[in-house]
Amino acid sequence: MTQTIDKIKPSYPLFRDDDYKESLSNKIAQFEERAPQEKIDEIFEWTTTEEYKDLNFQREALTVNPAKACQPLGAVLCALGFEETLPYVHGSQGCVAYFRTYFNRHFKEPVACVSDSMTEDAAVFGGQKNMFDGLANAKALYKPKMIAVSTTCMAEVIGDDLNAFIRNTKAEGHIEEDFPVPFAHTPSFVGSHTTGWDNMFEGILRYFTLNEMDGKEVGANGKINLVPGFETYLGNYRVLHRMMREMGVDYSLLCDPSDVLDTPADGHYRMFNGGTPIDAVKDAPNAIDTLLLQPWQLAKTKKYVKTTLNQPCTEVTIPMGLEGTDQFLMTISDLTGKPIPPSLEIERGRLVDMMTDSHAWLHGQKFALYGDADFVMGMARFLMELGAEPTHVLCHHANKRWKKAMEQILAASPYGAKATVHIGKDLWHFRSLVFTDKPDFMIGNSYGKFIQRDTLHKGKAFEVPLIRIGFPIFDRHHLHRQTTIGYEGAMQMLTTIVNAVLERLDEETRDMGETDFNYDLVR
Amino acid sequence: MALRQAAIYGKGGIGKSTTTQNLVAALAELGQKVMIVGCDPKADSTRLILHSKAQETIMHLAAESGTVEDLELDDVLRTGYAGIKCVESGGPEPGVGCAGRGVITAINFLEEEGAYEEDLNFVFYDVLGDVVCGGFAMPIRENKAQEIYIVVSGEMMAMYAANNISKGIVKYANSGGVRLAGLICNSRNTDREDELIEALADKLGTQMIHFVPRDNVVQRAEIRRMTVIEYDPTALQADEYRALAQKIIDNKKFVIPNPLTMDELEDLLMEFGILDEEDESIIGKTADQERAPESAVA
Repeated sequence: MTQTIDKIKPSYPLFRDDDYKESLSNKIAQFEERAPQEKIDEIFEWTTTEEYKDLNFQREALTVNPAKACQPLGAVLCALGFEETLPYVHGSQGCVAYFRTYFNRHFKEPVACVSDSMTEDAAVFGGQKNMFDGLANAKALYKPKMIAVSTTCMAEVIGDDLNAFIRNTKAEGHIEEDFPVPFAHTPSFVGSHTTGWDNMFEGILRYFTLNEMDGKEVGANGKINLVPGFETYLGNYRVLHRMMREMGVDYSLLCDPSDVLDTPADGHYRMFNGGTPIDAVKDAPNAIDTLLLQPWQLAKTKKYVKTTLNQPCTEVTIPMGLEGTDQFLMTISDLTGKPIPPSLEIERGRLVDMMTDSHAWLHGQKFALYGDADFVMGMARFLMELGAEPTHVLCHHANKRWKKAMEQILAASPYGAKATVHIGKDLWHFRSLVFTDKPDFMIGNSYGKFIQRDTLHKGKAFEVPLIRIGFPIFDRHHLHRQTTIGYEGAMQMLTTIVNAVLERLDEETRDMGETDFNYDLVR
Repeated sequence: MALRQAAIYGKGGIGKSTTTQNLVAALAELGQKVMIVGCDPKADSTRLILHSKAQETIMHLAAESGTVEDLELDDVLRTGYAGIKCVESGGPEPGVGCAGRGVITAINFLEEEGAYEEDLNFVFYDVLGDVVCGGFAMPIRENKAQEIYIVVSGEMMAMYAANNISKGIVKYANSGGVRLAGLICNSRNTDREDELIEALADKLGTQMIHFVPRDNVVQRAEIRRMTVIEYDPTALQADEYRALAQKIIDNKKFVIPNPLTMDELEDLLMEFGILDEEDESIIGKTADQERAPESAVA
């Protein structure tokens, strides 16, 4: 079991060595009290049946492998998108460690975020003292321009009042009166990471505009505000900048963490990097309109834009795929009077060309997908544009209105007519669907890999490969730098999807003398 | 008229819910549009308005449907006597869970569902006993109740509680707009009760907005799950609630209270003969020790 320094093996293949195999089988035999293998196999098979699926869908109290995360996680991502802003989570420390590692693993970047570390006494007496010291220390140590406060469940259960605490912190002189500390209550037992993003964004917008509406006039600065929502594809921020620049539209991208989550390795650590300037937030009420790019997750922001900023908040859907991008660009063009430039028309033409090139391979391919409400809606629409067939569309955090809207979109196309929409369901439900109504592929985050393993365990003929588009993606590198929106995003997703189809076909057709009659050089 | 939001606090059992409902009924009779938000797991803040045992509560319905997100306003909002809107936050059985969180969830829900956007003159929050945790302070957070009324009587513990609640108000008043709007004396027929509560109000820097005398018609109405206003509009007691309602409509005296120290409060109680002069020599002595002759001690 000893290793030599010249040839250190990682866990795989190390644990395949005879001595480890023996040790592990001894452990199973002597200590695990494991059920007999036949029983395990029997239960596994049972979990793949229609009968089990029916039982699984009757599940009420238990969630297995949720396809969503908690509110403050979204609040932290939102805070990271503003200039020199430190995300500050009022509550217990472990939660914040979780948010940081979650983003570390996805973005492969350090994520600066502080906690005021409430403990037993704070739970009894309230967390105001933690906030006095926490805000003062965080400001003195890290010198941010803004601290954006969200909460963990602990602070929420005892009913800590952020508004009062932050005012008192300032009134007692722990931080200056004019230092920006927007806040959002983000209890995790309500909603999901997307709710938290919405709450934090509304909190920031509210902080800089609510009492500053005098002299503000809709349209005065001629800009368009873009609100991305919980967005983890850095390319999406960049493509928005590019499309607006090419159109010659004056705009503010309200929340942009693409620099701080993609810092160069040049010997300098950047705690803060880029982000939406605070002045752009202050100027938001003067814009022509504010467009919410993931409207299904931005209910609170929408209300604020309509009632306080008095902007129309013109409806757009997530600009994914051909039609989604068309609609988005045409809305921008309508609002600003700027025509869509030849460069974007050419880009669109290239996308259409790619779609027709790949069409033969995608037509009729079946996809089951899961993820955030707007993402899966955009993805399902794009799949149908490609002639592919979404079979199951699952969103854990979406509401009934979303389900209806999603069903209408699917029903409007022959490719979606047979699809089923699932809300409030988790990945263990999804696993049942993949076994009982086998799609050709799954589209979703990294957690789907365990479903792929299970389907393969049942037999090669049952295997459903996972195409990784979503959040989080922990087990592949650099995918978060890609683009999923705009024509550019459609091109990248099309490339990913069609090549996954061709990979799979190669894999199935390379049996020498059996299936390799179709193992073709040209696809 | 802009919406006024008021919270009613006071010692447990003092008659908050009864007073609130009679007051609200009187306000409604005067043509005001009112909503009651019961913030007590017992959910008995609306029974006299709705003639029901206990209204279905927000938390109960949320627990049934699995999540508060699946509820709609119509599921929880009932309309009772004279168009009064009624909501109960509800909460857990004694000994489990967290009632304060229930209040937070319920009030957030009402806000999100636009319950306050309807045509209303008054919202009254009827809050359990004491401000025991952040949850029960929810009604006095920023943008919620701006005026607080404390129901009190001439009993020692009721006055202690009133003073404690004032301390809670100070905490929130310094960072927000919430103010103490007055003490409502719900009489227990103790000696010089009105003078005592006037004196307490004076020391707190507020007013005794009304002295509600004790009258059995309140209990007779309550047995019928009605307010006096509805059960017997001609009763003298109904006029008392009408007077209180009018005073609240006209009320302009909103203050940050000056809570009393324990010594000040005890002095006040002694002045009115509710508390005896303290005799330091008896502190910590058992009955046996007191019976023992002087010589034995020496």
